[in-house]
Amino acid sequence: MIIDLRQFVDAEQPYWQELESMLGMLETDPAWRLVRHERAEGQEPPADYLAAQIEQVRRLHYLYERASADLARLDTFCAQPQLRTHVEALVARAYAVIHVTAAPRRRVRPVHWFFNTFPQTFRKHANAFWLSLTVSLAAALIGALLTAIDTEGKPTILPFSHLRGDPRDRVKHEEQQVQNPFAGHKTEAAGMYMTHNTRVSINTMALGITWGVGTIVMLFYNGLILGSVTLDYFRAGEGTFLVGWLLPHGSIELPAIFLAGQAGLVLGRAVIGWGDRHRLSARLKSVAPDLVTLIIGVAVMLVWAGLIEAFISQYHWPVLPYWAKITFGCIELTGLVLLLGFAGRSDAGDADG
Amino acid sequence: MASRRTNTLVIRTPEGYAFSYPLAGPAARMLAWFIDLFVEIGLYIVLSMLLSPLAPLLGGLINALYGILVFLVGIGYGVVLEWRWGGQTLGKKALGLRVMDNQAMPLTFSQVLIRNLLRPVDSIPAMYLVGGLSMLLSRHGQRLGDLAGGTVVVASPRTYEPDLSVVLAEDKFNSFRAWPILEARLRHKISADEARLAAEAMLRRETLHADNRLQVFTELADHFQSLSSFPQEATDGLSSEQFVRNVVDSLYRPMVQKAKNAKAPA
Repeated sequence: MIIDLRQFVDAEQPYWQELESMLGMLETDPAWRLVRHERAEGQEPPADYLAAQIEQVRRLHYLYERASADLARLDTFCAQPQLRTHVEALVARAYAVIHVTAAPRRRVRPVHWFFNTFPQTFRKHANAFWLSLTVSLAAALIGALLTAIDTEGKPTILPFSHLRGDPRDRVKHEEQQVQNPFAGHKTEAAGMYMTHNTRVSINTMALGITWGVGTIVMLFYNGLILGSVTLDYFRAGEGTFLVGWLLPHGSIELPAIFLAGQAGLVLGRAVIGWGDRHRLSARLKSVAPDLVTLIIGVAVMLVWAGLIEAFISQYHWPVLPYWAKITFGCIELTGLVLLLGFAGRSDAGDADG
Repeated sequence: MASRRTNTLVIRTPEGYAFSYPLAGPAARMLAWFIDLFVEIGLYIVLSMLLSPLAPLLGGLINALYGILVFLVGIGYGVVLEWRWGGQTLGKKALGLRVMDNQAMPLTFSQVLIRNLLRPVDSIPAMYLVGGLSMLLSRHGQRLGDLAGGTVVVASPRTYEPDLSVVLAEDKFNSFRAWPILEARLRHKISADEARLAAEAMLRRETLHADNRLQVFTELADHFQSLSSFPQEATDGLSSEQFVRNVVDSLYRPMVQKAKNAKAPA
């Protein structure tokens, strides 16, 4: 219990100021050390340096405990809300610095991230990817079956008007166009593809919060359209056109959607919590970095796919022979499989995969 | 999702201490969102004005650039500001709100990104209806993005000290001053909210109707008397209002004296 507030504040203020100063340094630079030692390559730090480091940690913990005790004492002094708020904020900051479990911020290394972290994260949640792919392929099969059984039902399944007509007319029209239909505004089309597909991917991932149901619905709907269009073109004898049209960008774009589905299913699994005794908030927090890695990876893939769709996919025979487009798409797909399946395997990050 | 809703996030440390944060309510968050929405619309207009003179030079590229920038602003506004400004956007700053980790740990980039990427789900079907329902149902007023990111939105506490220098004039006698242990016990037992309530009652007593004034001070005096035992000599002949005045004097006198000393010339 505090009897004399002024005496209490006079006695404790130097400790609060010391704690605030240490916290300020640690929050700015988590690697900050009170005692610095310039270590030569391969040389072990001297014992007195390590002792000084330990002493510094002890001092921080002592100041934190002292401020916490002051806070408890201030709870018995109701007429000092601002002083209490000040000490409470100090204790909260010290608590965060001392108990933090996340790794300190590191410099962003995009190349290392793309060739190591991204594929490792993909492999860590490979089961979710296979489920995402299975749902999409099953939906594609159902879409193809529905289109085969009910030819009149095509407009119901396909949302885009340019896909509802006869594929032969579409191919004839496209092949007569020597110029890219987006000529003059290819970049605009590329921008549109990138932003639209990224938005769809984000929604597919975000809907994972609905226990994964929303993600599965999105994947199913995409698969349904894909299956219906594929059957429609193959039945009309325009399979080569379709593959040549879709493969250059689709070899990256479709896997990107499956990866977004993978992220959504990872989120859904964390919400459901099968076989995981951790609390919901802990489960969600543990998958958050992986979700971010997957969705940023998806965004990178979709930027590439958007550029290819606008600048390559929309050119058809005779401007670009189909074999060239199909070969290009196959090379891209192989590269993607190698990246996701094998890149970064020697790195330590695969250990928990 | 827990259903027992609370308006405070209490963190209990492994050392056995506790500290708390007041959680932001749906109305304050909605207002902050409106401000952010207006800022975003303003940014779109500024972007359009900046890019339009370049249209003759860039041709079709200008629309692509504008489309991509609008998309990036829509996604990135909340992410960049919350990440760089310690959990605040302009709207949150204006209303004294802040996004923070639900365990009071430092906010990570993953958390900020996830809570912002889940906005489309929270805004289903419109005006953040799903997010609003989630806020009402979740224990710490979290929308789905907050739940996924492990974040909460807290309100910066706005404390104020009532100006009691008139009420607590030094020449006014307070029978409790002769009992320092009693005064210390009162400061210990009475909560900050109760202290403020009593102080407000003292400040506004002249505006109260006579009957209401009597009722308010009787209830307050009864409540304070129930918290501690008072020596007979300290309370003899005190009306309810004088009793409450003495309590307020005992609680706030150190603060008022400190303020006076601070103002006094060196």
